[in-house]
Amino acid sequence: MELYYLTAHELHDLLVDRQITAEELCRAFFERIDAVEDKLKAFVTITRENALARAKEIDRQIAAGGQIAPLAGIPVAVKDNLCTEGVRTTCSSKILYNFIPPYSATVITRLNQAGAVILGKTNLDEFAMGSSTENSGFFPTHNPWDLERVPGGSSGGSAVAVAAGEAAVALGSDTGGSIRQPAAFCGIVGLKPTYGAVSRFGLMAFASSLDQIGPLTRDVTDAALVMNVIAGHDPLDSTSAPGPVPDYTAYLQNGIKGLKIGVPKEYMGEGISPAVKQVVAEALAALADLGAQIEETSLPHSEYALPAYYLIAPAEASSNLARYDGVRYGYRAEGGTDVVDMFMKTRSLGFGPEVKRRIMLGTYALSAGYYDAYYLKALKVRTLIKQDFDRAFASYDVLLSPTTPSPAFRQGEKVADPLQMYMSDICTLAINLAGLPGISIPAGFADGLPVGMQLIGKPFDEGTLLRVAYTFEQNTEHHKARPKI
Amino acid sequence: MLTMKEVEHVALLARLELTPEEKKMYARQLGDILEYAQKLNKLDTRAVPPTAHVLPLQNVFREDQTGEHLPPEKVLANAPDREGQFFKVPRIV
Repeated sequence: MELYYLTAHELHDLLVDRQITAEELCRAFFERIDAVEDKLKAFVTITRENALARAKEIDRQIAAGGQIAPLAGIPVAVKDNLCTEGVRTTCSSKILYNFIPPYSATVITRLNQAGAVILGKTNLDEFAMGSSTENSGFFPTHNPWDLERVPGGSSGGSAVAVAAGEAAVALGSDTGGSIRQPAAFCGIVGLKPTYGAVSRFGLMAFASSLDQIGPLTRDVTDAALVMNVIAGHDPLDSTSAPGPVPDYTAYLQNGIKGLKIGVPKEYMGEGISPAVKQVVAEALAALADLGAQIEETSLPHSEYALPAYYLIAPAEASSNLARYDGVRYGYRAEGGTDVVDMFMKTRSLGFGPEVKRRIMLGTYALSAGYYDAYYLKALKVRTLIKQDFDRAFASYDVLLSPTTPSPAFRQGEKVADPLQMYMSDICTLAINLAGLPGISIPAGFADGLPVGMQLIGKPFDEGTLLRVAYTFEQNTEHHKARPKI
Repeated sequence: MLTMKEVEHVALLARLELTPEEKKMYARQLGDILEYAQKLNKLDTRAVPPTAHVLPLQNVFREDQTGEHLPPEKVLANAPDREGQFFKVPRIV
């Protein structure tokens, strides 16, 4: 297989065996980027010189002897809502088109300390608001399995970079499915950790009680390796969970005999395409053959997750995005007659339509007279949704569902109807409301397009998710498929 | 459907200046979404506490000590307009 299509752990083995240098690896990935990026548009910013300098530095460290850390020299892409000191970070928004952060996100610092080589910043739906990467303020990203289709979103650029061999692994962020849904659409692994497992410091906030950073990778082993680098307490994020961090690779065990898997019937019902149901049913049969006990279960409040989410997330966003006012950084509109006029012109010209829609919706839900009826109501329903999961996890080790109701849809198909677009997150957003870990892994194909299945775990039990995902992967071939571009 | 007055009120709160077309579009789209959200009213939540946050963490404190902060030059480097060590904005009053 081509170098650019190997996994991070396979590339690591080549580095350890001195079959390749970090610099050669880096150049190979840039060659791949040069060959396919015009068609895919995964990156907002490519940091070629930084990356090559970094790779040479890693080579010097390797030459000086000692252990080579698992991600040392590995080419990585990061979503452009993660602050990178000295490197433009835009959130794919015109309002931040020229923003150069004075500090790095904690996950970026940790990647750098681990020796990873960051190749660039990937495209997203503006401020991570969207499910197709069509809401980018700059340009849409294309699905490598079918260039006419969306890659999913909002971490569409990261998913495409990994799926198409433009990076070995990537980081994304997930507020309602933004790692898992594009991972499913692009045929790769995407893990949203438990809320609090990974520091959010330096992640440009969308909905602070829902956002988590996580890996997008070609296989489950790589997801565990990235988690080993990025997870853990951070004093700079007061919602980061204290306590010890496991070695996530210790969970990469091939065996699930006796493990109890619950399949919530609400996630296999109306609205899920027959092709997706078929693939998930086959995956369930495979897991049963491997010794798992599979039963149907119920999360009775599932149908309320979407309306609750689309009040809570915009409410938090409307507050978080108040900071973009043209005063301290980013774009400022000309011609403001006074400071409020300047704020209004800046925000109106700087934000795109979906961001404005969510700011409007959130502001409405939080405004006097509507707070109790909408926002508080949604927070109460959130409790009921969380309790559904608590009850299910009293009986099951993990829950399993499709990641998305359908495979990747066509560009433009859902742009005019926001509610239709929001429906594409119907299998993933309840997991954010409940703060649980979820992983999407390749489960098969429907009409040549990848289909993902989602495993949902107990809080801080990423380990069991990784074990089930790894076992499935070791006994199937879906993760070995690569798109032809 | 929201009224034009409601849309204009919310836009002002959100510090957004909307074109007449945007106002019409958001009146319809926000109306649709809020109507969909009415679904939540099917649930009796009078006895249910709200969940603003899933972690059992509360009041995370640190020692009140002086520490390292970004130097002013770095803080001001992204400013659209500045004067000396200040952010410069159009007149306020």
